[in-house]
Amino acid sequence: MISGGIIVCVLSGFMLALLAPWLYRVGRRATAWILALLPFIQLMYFVSLAGPIARGEVFVFSSPWVPGLKINLSFYLDGLSLLFALLISGIGTLVVIYAGGYLAGHHQLGRFYAYLFMFMASMLGAVLANNVITLFVFWELTSLSSYVLIGFDHEREIARRAALQALLVTGVGGLALLAGLLLLGQVGGSLELSTLLNQGEVVRAHHLYLPILLLILAGAFTKSAQFPFHFWLPSAMEAPTPVSAYLHSATMVKAGVYLLARLGPVLGGSDAWHYLVTLAGAVTMLVGAALALFQTDLKRLLAYSTVSALGILTLLIGLDTALSIQAAMVFLLAHAFYKGALFLVAGAVDHETGTRDVTQLGGLRHVMPITAVAACLAALSMAGLPPLLGFISKELLYEAKLQAPRAAPLITGAGVLANVLLVAVAGIVGVRPFFRERMATPKNPHEAPLSLWLGPVILAGLGFIIGLLPNTLAGPLVSPAVTAVRAEPSEVTLALWHGLNPVLLLSVLTLASGMGVYLGQGVVRRATSRLEPIAQWGPARWYDVALEGLNALARIQTRLLQSGYLRYYLLMIIGATVGLTTYTLAARGGFPRPDGATDVRFYEGGVAALISLAAVAAVRARSRLAAVAALGVVGYGVALVYVLFGAPDLAMTQVLIESLTVILLVLVFYHLPRFASLSTQRARYRDVLVAVAAGGVMAALVLAATSIRFHPPISDYFAEKSLVQAHGRNVVNVILVDFRGMDTLGEITVLALAGIGAYALLKLRLERKESG
Amino acid sequence: MSLILRTATRFLLPLLLLFSLFLLLRGHNSPGGGFVGGLVAAAAFALYALAFDVATARQLLRIDPRRLIAAGLLVALGSGMAAWLARKPFMTGQWSSITLPGVGLVPLGTPLLFDLGVYLVVAGVMLTIILSLAEE
Repeated sequence: MISGGIIVCVLSGFMLALLAPWLYRVGRRATAWILALLPFIQLMYFVSLAGPIARGEVFVFSSPWVPGLKINLSFYLDGLSLLFALLISGIGTLVVIYAGGYLAGHHQLGRFYAYLFMFMASMLGAVLANNVITLFVFWELTSLSSYVLIGFDHEREIARRAALQALLVTGVGGLALLAGLLLLGQVGGSLELSTLLNQGEVVRAHHLYLPILLLILAGAFTKSAQFPFHFWLPSAMEAPTPVSAYLHSATMVKAGVYLLARLGPVLGGSDAWHYLVTLAGAVTMLVGAALALFQTDLKRLLAYSTVSALGILTLLIGLDTALSIQAAMVFLLAHAFYKGALFLVAGAVDHETGTRDVTQLGGLRHVMPITAVAACLAALSMAGLPPLLGFISKELLYEAKLQAPRAAPLITGAGVLANVLLVAVAGIVGVRPFFRERMATPKNPHEAPLSLWLGPVILAGLGFIIGLLPNTLAGPLVSPAVTAVRAEPSEVTLALWHGLNPVLLLSVLTLASGMGVYLGQGVVRRATSRLEPIAQWGPARWYDVALEGLNALARIQTRLLQSGYLRYYLLMIIGATVGLTTYTLAARGGFPRPDGATDVRFYEGGVAALISLAAVAAVRARSRLAAVAALGVVGYGVALVYVLFGAPDLAMTQVLIESLTVILLVLVFYHLPRFASLSTQRARYRDVLVAVAAGGVMAALVLAATSIRFHPPISDYFAEKSLVQAHGRNVVNVILVDFRGMDTLGEITVLALAGIGAYALLKLRLERKESG
Repeated sequence: MSLILRTATRFLLPLLLLFSLFLLLRGHNSPGGGFVGGLVAAAAFALYALAFDVATARQLLRIDPRRLIAAGLLVALGSGMAAWLARKPFMTGQWSSITLPGVGLVPLGTPLLFDLGVYLVVAGVMLTIILSLAEE
């Protein structure tokens, strides 16, 4: 079914991102509530599509983008996309409201909203995209918006560093992904996902299958913070808390998981897929859960547990059974609710008490009762206690792991271990700050305002309500999603009670051990702290070393090539041009032969002589003013040549450029030291040689270009079509603004950058002078 | 600076600006265009800055030349996107015409808009550099 609503959803987010700063100027405190209307309307729209999609319909929209490259702005909405779209718009609504309270009064809040909506729209685009290039563009846009959001407090160096780290890691993965997607498109014969999904057998049998798989996995693993790329996610906690809750827990980091699930029917089913994805998931799951226990910062605790959760999701997708995919989709939902709620709670606690250190927090239930209820509900869901959604999800998870096609005992064991640790983390984050005795905190806490508790309450409440009525509320969403990932009709039945079985036993075991770890946390932390020196040498260190190496390489190269003297740059540029051009002309026999027949009018000769004389005068000048004047004569002489040979546009521009150059030079002179002759005799001879060679080669090149014709000149075509197609008689201008308009657009962009660059340099000097 | 230059500049500035617009508008059919027009406009204000001082020139210009750069880029980009409304590829020229009293039928197209963008960028860049240099 064709639906234009999809593209409206995606583009409206970008529009609102542009308007947000202005809206904030007008709306001030109410802005968040107004802005939240858009994701809310989108949520309603997606909910309204849930019924048809549960019945097996898919919605598509397509509009040509770059038809020559088979790139379409095309979207595809099925069960899997819908699940993600609901999370993005639903949690998005709550996060926008939350941000309004959390960052209230921040002087750049308008800008924050703009970034947030840019992210929201990009994320929606990424999960709804049908064309892989469209997907890639939105995918990269999420990385970019994540960059500006992590670095939102750009005055802190650590925030800038974290932002850059996240961008570089996901950016490198993104490049790999692009290569992988293009190869996939080549092999599968289409860039549309909906077509590629049916090409699984062709792709898997192709000899390029492994490179495609590795490249795409690199993209997905970096984005979803899989080991060894997980380190950027905890660093990203430098972002304001709404961002951590939204991007780095509920949505963006799950883009990699989405991609794996989406491409499962195409790439999945092979041994390579199975081993790589399962292994990465299992290791990430364990590493994340273990590292979480080291932390004392609420947000970093949550970040590592998110890494662990992403590992679980990846692991489940790697197992690739009907049950594991079902477990993955339910866990996706459960995790988004409880982790989103816990992040928002952490932000509220930080906002009210002024600290996020769990060892400094206690007894907050008396002062923040509503937040406490939401936190406990979410923590219990995370720990997997009935009757919450987290319990159902954990049951499914264990069932899927017990029935894993290979190494089931090992995978189950790892899963139980990770979950035991996560139970302890849930206790530390969601329960402990609110119980125990009160502790003194930097700020005197009160109950958080409505905007700060609304989100956690709704998210934690959803985990509770869906837990009570899983089949009615989550079933219609999960079934189509599983159908989409498995590429076969799947009916999911969710229930709270599965009877007394091994899975229940495992759940009880997990909870009991988890409580043990929670209570004995001090002991555990002391024991694990011996491992800390090892963690110092983890992947985060590799990143630092690689970055430092790159910088060192750049420094060496700079020392070799960049002397800092303009004359050497000119020498190098001109020398290289002359050398390469001469070589090509000589090797291809392109040097024009003088044919003796010259058709030079006396005034043309006069102009040429004038230019030559002025050039000599410029070189021999004893003062700057004389040199500039002589150069001016050269310039005006060239303009005269243009006039004589019928190029009035060029002539006019040349005259103006000459005049402005003289003005610029005069302005600059004021700052220059006295005119002195610095070149030695030898240097002068060298310069003469280079100058003459450059002039000679340029002349030869022009002669060659006019005397040799491989094709009829394009100027005839332009001259012919100028008036007919572009309604203009001035061919030069028509080429500039129409036929080659794209080039001109690029040129004026470069010009603008150059202007800004010059401005920055001048201002930098000015400020230094003023301060020094 | 001399009284003669100041007095002359007072008259030259509007003339030069008018001339720059003239160059911009006629560019499509006769020598001229946004680039040259922008240069003339920049030269006009540069002359003013030399004859009086930079502060006066800035005051006369009213807006920061850096804004001209941004505006120009946006105008140029926007003129290219206009083609999308007609479901044509980016930067396809879109034409229509209006009848001006006393002039007759005047064709108007997005390339003119694009040229206006070029004009603004060129003028903005030149003025940004010249005025900052002169301020120093």
